[in-house]
Amino acid sequence: MNFASFGFLAFLAILTLVYFLVPKKVQWIVLLVGSVVFYAFAGFVGFFFLLFAIVISFVTVQILGKRQAALKKYLEDTKETLTKDERKAYRAKHKNGSLLVVCIGILLLTASLVYVKYLSGFINSSLSFGSGAISFGSLAIEVMGISYYTFISIGYMIDVYREKAAVERNFFRHALFVSFFPQLAMGPISRYADTGEQLKATHSFDAKESWCGLLRILWGFFKKLVVADAIAPTIGYIVSEKLGGIYFILLCLFYSIRIYGDFTGGIDIVLGSAQILGIKLPENFNRPFSSKSTAEYWNRWHMTMGNWFTNYIFYPLSLTKSMQKLSKWGRAKLGVGIGKRLPVYTATIITWLATGLWHGFAWNFVVWGLLNGVVILISQELNPLYEKFRARFPKLWHSAPYQSFMAVRTFLLMSLIRVFDCYCDVPLTFDRFFSTFYTFNIGEIFNGGLLELNVSLTQYIVIAVGIVVMMIVSRLSIKKPLRETLWEKPVLGNAIMALLCIAILVFGSYGLGFDASAFIYGGTFN
Amino acid sequence: MEKLIEILENLHEGIDYETCDTLIDDGILDSLDIVTLITDINDAFDVAIPPEEILPENFNSAKALWELIERLDNI
Repeated sequence: MNFASFGFLAFLAILTLVYFLVPKKVQWIVLLVGSVVFYAFAGFVGFFFLLFAIVISFVTVQILGKRQAALKKYLEDTKETLTKDERKAYRAKHKNGSLLVVCIGILLLTASLVYVKYLSGFINSSLSFGSGAISFGSLAIEVMGISYYTFISIGYMIDVYREKAAVERNFFRHALFVSFFPQLAMGPISRYADTGEQLKATHSFDAKESWCGLLRILWGFFKKLVVADAIAPTIGYIVSEKLGGIYFILLCLFYSIRIYGDFTGGIDIVLGSAQILGIKLPENFNRPFSSKSTAEYWNRWHMTMGNWFTNYIFYPLSLTKSMQKLSKWGRAKLGVGIGKRLPVYTATIITWLATGLWHGFAWNFVVWGLLNGVVILISQELNPLYEKFRARFPKLWHSAPYQSFMAVRTFLLMSLIRVFDCYCDVPLTFDRFFSTFYTFNIGEIFNGGLLELNVSLTQYIVIAVGIVVMMIVSRLSIKKPLRETLWEKPVLGNAIMALLCIAILVFGSYGLGFDASAFIYGGTFN
Repeated sequence: MEKLIEILENLHEGIDYETCDTLIDDGILDSLDIVTLITDINDAFDVAIPPEEILPENFNSAKALWELIERLDNI
């Protein structure tokens, strides 16, 4: 089911009605049935994979829970008879057994993810990424959300292994945690601590939450349909015609705008839907384009994915005995400075490689992941230099122009790295990038070239206004979300909600102001 | 504790580690710093901090970190 559709809105309306009408103790069952219905629209093959993830993660956490209870009992019973060292040795041995259990669970779920992604990944390589997830192609439909529910399941198994999450004994409640419908298509990748208890709790209808949730959904539609989808034809045209020079730069900028509108808009629909039902899903974005460095950007963009990779891959990997040995070897052979960096840097590169592969099994994602890792490490190395500069020129550093310069620099750098998604062809991407150094065609865009990119002047104006509105809303949401401020001013709030509806209906990609045939969404670029 | 402060100062200068209790919340320590810090702590105190203990509440202040080291040393 496509989020950006009337079908989804109707589904959500019916579900919400039933959810608040039934006795509170069965609300979670309504959510589970709703999630099954939502997923059923994606076909039965996909359903099988979802069920597989639910069963494997359920069995794994049950075994882990039983093992932990047995260990606790044993240590309690032998409190007086065993020495501290004996207890320590027993605990370590027991933990290795639990580690084996969780590893088997992870392996099975990873195998199913790899199997599915290898089958459809090359054909639809942006399956789980922003645009690919919000409107599904024919192949992607069969494996909707596998990246997300697999990661949610793996995260939960590891949290139980680490004794940081409770074991859910009820299979169906567990199934709801893994398959809660709003987060199935594009995340966020929630942890048990985020949603586990909320999904079990009862919820009363809350006018504020519902109003804010609805406004957030509409805001998501606006970003997706008025801005992201509207700019899509330009991107498709530049890519398919392999335009270089200034057009490559335009592509970088336009694609950043599109992915921002598409992905953050989609997440707004997801979080808004959950909010209406009284469920608070974790935020996935925090004004990412205001970041002053690449590392900061990744703390603000697709945050739940970043946290997942940091918690479950980067930390465990950099703290393994092999990494510590590598560090010691480095210190002895290459010096203390390099030796200390070795585990962190190796783990960073491997983590980013994994992040790239998670997005899709294609070279463009490998290069995208590696470039992110390399840029972060270069920034890390340049840090002492920045610190010196900051100490030498504190006023300049804190001035608004310099802060803006850092934000713009980060935005441009990330836009450049992101463009690998567009071509899905690494040599071609580099070729088009280098064309900016020898193709000087900036004059063309002022001589009508911009209007030959499948988007009319009116549409550009609508997109530009949409971008300005997005920037203003982002600015006004620093302290608290604008929708909460608007809730306190009902007349203005309702007027804005009505305006948003009109803007979506009139200027949305299916609206009266647009020629639907001009849109190639899901064609060249998906 | 003094040794821990010294390790932290080597990581980032100009921060009052005696009083600061928002090292994670304010983004002073990022994930790369945390791993470097754990490696240094391992060397200095012979205590291995496992990934599951990498939580904001354990790394937000030098005091919390010191308590973690003592706790892990006593297990």
